[in-house]
Amino acid sequence: MKGYLSLFRIRVQSGLQYRIAAAAGIATQFAWGALRILFFKALYETNPAALPMELPALCSYIWMQQAFLAMFASWTVDKDLLDMISSGSVAYQLCRPMDLYTNWFIQSFSNRLSRMLLRCLPILLVAAFLPYPYGLLLPKSPLSFLLFLISAPLGGVTVVSLTMIVYGITFFTLDSRGFRTVIFTAADFLTGSLLPLPFFPEKIRPLVQLLPFASIQDAPLRIYTGDIAGMAALQTLALQLFWAIVMVLGGRLLMARALRNVVVQGG
Amino acid sequence: MIQVQHLTKTFRVARRSGGMKAAAKALFRREYDTITALNDLSFSIDDGEMVGYIGPNGAGKSSTIKVLSGILTPDSGSCLIDGRTPWKDRVAHVREIGVVFGQRSQLWWDVPVADSFELIRDIYKIPDSLYRKNVSELAELLNLKDIIRTPARQLSLGQRMRCEIAASLLHSPKILFLDEPTIGLDAVSKIAVRDFIRTLNREQKTTIILTTHDMQDIEALTERIILIGKGKVLLDGPLNDLKAAGNDHRSLTVAFKGSFPETLPEGVTCSERLSERAVLTVDTAVIPVSEVIASLSREISIDDLSVSGVGIEELVVDLYRQYRI
Amino acid sequence: MRLYLKFLGIHVRSAMQYKSSFFATVFGQLLTSFSALLVIFFVTERYNEVGGFTYQQILLCASVVWAAFALSECFFRGFDMFPSMIGNGEFDRALLRPCNEIFLVLCSKLELTRLGRLIQAAMMLIYALPRCGVSWTLPRILVLVFMLLGGMAAFSGLFLIYAALSFFTLDGLEFMNIFTDGGREHGAYPFAVYGKPVLTLLTCIIPLACFQYWPLTWLLGQNNSLLCALAPAACFIFLIPCVLLWKFGLRHYKSTGS
Repeated sequence: MKGYLSLFRIRVQSGLQYRIAAAAGIATQFAWGALRILFFKALYETNPAALPMELPALCSYIWMQQAFLAMFASWTVDKDLLDMISSGSVAYQLCRPMDLYTNWFIQSFSNRLSRMLLRCLPILLVAAFLPYPYGLLLPKSPLSFLLFLISAPLGGVTVVSLTMIVYGITFFTLDSRGFRTVIFTAADFLTGSLLPLPFFPEKIRPLVQLLPFASIQDAPLRIYTGDIAGMAALQTLALQLFWAIVMVLGGRLLMARALRNVVVQGG
Repeated sequence: MIQVQHLTKTFRVARRSGGMKAAAKALFRREYDTITALNDLSFSIDDGEMVGYIGPNGAGKSSTIKVLSGILTPDSGSCLIDGRTPWKDRVAHVREIGVVFGQRSQLWWDVPVADSFELIRDIYKIPDSLYRKNVSELAELLNLKDIIRTPARQLSLGQRMRCEIAASLLHSPKILFLDEPTIGLDAVSKIAVRDFIRTLNREQKTTIILTTHDMQDIEALTERIILIGKGKVLLDGPLNDLKAAGNDHRSLTVAFKGSFPETLPEGVTCSERLSERAVLTVDTAVIPVSEVIASLSREISIDDLSVSGVGIEELVVDLYRQYRI
Repeated sequence: MRLYLKFLGIHVRSAMQYKSSFFATVFGQLLTSFSALLVIFFVTERYNEVGGFTYQQILLCASVVWAAFALSECFFRGFDMFPSMIGNGEFDRALLRPCNEIFLVLCSKLELTRLGRLIQAAMMLIYALPRCGVSWTLPRILVLVFMLLGGMAAFSGLFLIYAALSFFTLDGLEFMNIFTDGGREHGAYPFAVYGKPVLTLLTCIIPLACFQYWPLTWLLGQNNSLLCALAPAACFIFLIPCVLLWKFGLRHYKSTGS
């Protein structure tokens, strides 16, 4: 456990060194969120009745999305790991006294967490002071905040386990760029990064919400804004837990099989 | 003709120190270190000379090469190459020089070498007749005939290096910079590359500036060396001068039984010692070798003994130590 | 120009060495812009129109922006990847060639996989052309082509700024994404949708609206001012400060090294 902690510390430290990068990232995400909100404001003015979420809740959703982008964005991958896999030097990693899946999982998770910690506070602070209805609101109730605190880590685990599965598949392909683009594009769409899930057509929305992608960021954000509450929130949490477990187990299985190949073929 | 006078170049580098607290502090205020890469550097090289430009890592070798090839502007000082200042007139200047980096390729990775050559022909606008002449000569001398149709990524390191050198010479440059041209090559390829460089210098009168850590390259190729350290010229002269400095030093290898004496006679230093073997360096100006042997045989029983001159590598290490770099 | 075609030839042959990977990436790119198209579809299905523009009109707008972006990314990829070119010393190597620096970077990379996006943009355009309520006359077609060219100029200028800034810092470059990737993603809808301040900014400073919203209003007959039809010219003027900034950055680079 101590090993993992120091791994995490190193990540945060190296993240802190890139202060300009962080500032630029914050500014970018802020501008991005603002454009999003302006867009939905235009929709709202066209036809307020057709909006599936109230504008204030939607704004909170978008600000939270921007603040936690580094945590929940599907396309963050570790280039070093990918290079290591395709060059075959991953075999050396097996010499370390740590379980490879756990090791990489922690590494990816802390990578995301450290970048998020650096970036979320300024965005949340500024967004909180924006005039109603464009700003970030406090959670609907203490209970929804509590549920959010459970839901968000589950989303984090799910997204990291998704990237772990991508690493696992990389073992079996020579060039992974193409399929990575395909997976991450689909994930980006289905997590609601491009368009919040409530805006999906009614016909496909129930299906999309059952997918693991929905547990990644849609679930925690809508629990925070109170869009999902009560019994529905508990159901969502259960679904998130289910997917987190399934994805981690699936990734582990895939990785174990991939590593057996590496050992047999000598990388 | 290359004339370098009083070149100075400093860089500012952000200081990064360890620890969480330091990292957090650096968020708000950053400290800078000034590094002097070139410090009042002067030398001149005549047309047709072959010069070994040596020095330890970080001595300013690559900064010098960058200035001479026009991609780095110095803080002060002047540099005239055939009457041109490289960084003021980059395009005209680079037409006259060739550069080979041992660790960086200029060939296009995925296409046959011949295609890369043709592209280089178009970049430098080499006349067709000259291009054909150069390619056939280079292919002959560097033995490229069998590999010129192969994509660069499929070549061995030695084959690739030969192609790199050819690629740098297609436009008949007057000056050739070679940056570690033999790094990572096997013995056969090394010798082939060195032979070619020697021929090129002798027959085309190409000025060659060679930077390397491989002392065999220096010994095999250059008459003159320029040794730099901390951005300054430490020694500029014929290789023989350097060797002469080593002439009064001998290396003595002794295989022995018994306990080796703790104190050695004046003029003798022990450079390596195992339980039954030792390597000594003897300064013959202070003490003759015969006397050292006599004094040793009084203390230990000598099984075997050999005397040799000191190699150029030890000499350079010695020089580095003398100048504390 | 002939030399540039030679470089193109080398890049095409290189890409063809890895055929399966190439086509997989093209497909991936196609999918990327497909999901963006789906978003437009979902939104307009619910609302019928956005800021007064119909589904087909938005498709027309989006296809011009995406095609312009794909083309400039395809040919200007060297500037997009420029920070890594500086980082690994490739740029130093390139400077040893007797050519103009911008030309050298332009030649260093070619991202043919962006054709995936171009194909999709072309298909959208073909779908939208007869359905967006414009009767296509020669001047209108010319303005459409002018929009596309202007878009290429504007995005290329942004890539040039991006590369020029990377001479000074490699850290803060993410900010440029607002205009490049942001221009592509948010530019699917006419910029007027985002309100007056955004439109003004994107007209007067970063001229993204000059090849998008203004000529579009002229095409759709919402505005008859000739100025709007000729607005894409501003994108070409925009290139001048971009090149100057690049030159300035290059001078700084030569005096500091990497």
